Amino acid sequence: MTDGNKKKKLAMIASKGTLDMAYPPLLLATTAAAMDYEVGIFFTFYGLDIINKKKYKKLKVSPIANPAAPMPVPNMLGMLPGMTGMATKMMKSWMNNANVAKLPELLEIAQESGVILFGCQMTMDVMGVKETDLLEGITTCGAANFLDFASDADVTLFI
Amino acid sequence: MSKPEFVESLNCRKLSCPLPILKTKKAIDKLEVGQVLEMVATDPGSLPDVTAWARQTQHKLVHHEKQNDEFYFYIEKTH
Repeated sequence: MTDGNKKKKLAMIASKGTLDMAYPPLLLATTAAAMDYEVGIFFTFYGLDIINKKKYKKLKVSPIANPAAPMPVPNMLGMLPGMTGMATKMMKSWMNNANVAKLPELLEIAQESGVILFGCQMTMDVMGVKETDLLEGITTCGAANFLDFASDADVTLFI
Repeated sequence: MSKPEFVESLNCRKLSCPLPILKTKKAIDKLEVGQVLEMVATDPGSLPDVTAWARQTQHKLVHHEKQNDEFYFYIEKTH
């Protein structure tokens, strides 16, 4: 806490639901919480999958149109069945070998350390996601509620 | 400077960013004010990260040193 008693605040939007894009918001959120920041992440559009009970352990990374993918292959080949699965498996093993925390572990640490996980109500309506489909402890809300949280944030990120 | 006395040692060898920081925070929370934590990491980014973490949380990085490929940090809980 550098500014008197007021905690610094980090507000993020997680809008992507691929394995590679799920990491940055959770890594930054847990780190900021460890630095005594107040942290909130608004999970919207595909990002909602990161807090979806049925999906968060099965996020994937695609090699298509992704030259930096774990398995850089021509797009034509990336379209073949099984290629996304292969790239996902490869990325997971890389992360594992480097001892990077796994997503479920990061989510747990985030919740333990008080990170507020906002689920976008509009996305839920559009995609037919029920509150019971989401992890425990999610704050479902709309844009206005998140903006209210973010309005006095010191750091804001869109991921 | 020689190594300060510490009450607990935290092994963060081979862990990638940000796990050493997350574990350090948890360990510091359990100490009493004035006690020192030793944290050992191999992540090459740990020196700037621990320094930044200490600055932000206002705990005191009393001493740090590098031995071979290991970084030793001594952090005093200040509040």
